Amino acid sequence: MARVLINLPAQATRGEVIEIKTLLAHPMETGYRVGPTGTAIPRDIINRFVCSYNGAELFRAELFPAIAANPFIAFFTVATESGELAFSWTDDHGETQTEVRRITVE
Amino acid sequence: MDAGSKSASPTRRLLLLAAAGFGFTSLAVPAAATTTAMEEAIRALTGEAVINRGKVKLELPPIVENGNTVALTVSVESPMTEADHVASIHIFNQKNPQPYVAAFHLAPRAGKAAVSTRIRLTDSQRVIAIARLGDGSFWSDSADVIVTLAACVEG
Repeated sequence: MARVLINLPAQATRGEVIEIKTLLAHPMETGYRVGPTGTAIPRDIINRFVCSYNGAELFRAELFPAIAANPFIAFFTVATESGELAFSWTDDHGETQTEVRRITVE
Repeated sequence: MDAGSKSASPTRRLLLLAAAGFGFTSLAVPAAATTTAMEEAIRALTGEAVINRGKVKLELPPIVENGNTVALTVSVESPMTEADHVASIHIFNQKNPQPYVAAFHLAPRAGKAAVSTRIRLTDSQRVIAIARLGDGSFWSDSADVIVTLAACVEG
């Protein structure tokens, strides 16, 4: 499992717009580079990122090789209720890594 | 005379580097996306719809020293309500091997239509951000970027 950094406030007031920053350690191999033997290095990128707030999809991204290594994505949401935010990254092999963070809204 | 030859030498070195770089990319990449490829990708998204200018703000550094990571922020003026919100934001580039960079899908509950990420740029080029609003209209902004060290060419 790759290392993940997720930055969001642990507490928020109801109706507040909060910023969520995410970063996943991943090489995002483009498929356009040539390895030491002269053959192309096969493509291996995170092509999909989804964030859901208490089960409802909040934000979704489709990524292409032009996204830099260790994909960083920052976006906003309205803090509506206490609960869980789930973040999932899917790579070219169809493997998904999911992380969950709790938020308390008062 | 002497000063002239001194000032010319770094340029020559840069040219040689650039030439070496081009050789390398042409081996690795059969064809780079052209303006036509970008336009086709944009048309595939928008169809026949009119793309308006305004509302969208694309922020990129004007000069990039390392094309491997370029910070990019797109924000769209929108109240983000059910009636009037940004449905998706799409990023395109002119000269990378593929014209599509990313697509971000938002919901009204985002509260603020803004997204940040980091992208790769293989050459000095124009980057375009297109936002699709809930009512189906398209708005765009573009930014020209000068890249001194290209992505893909080196490690």
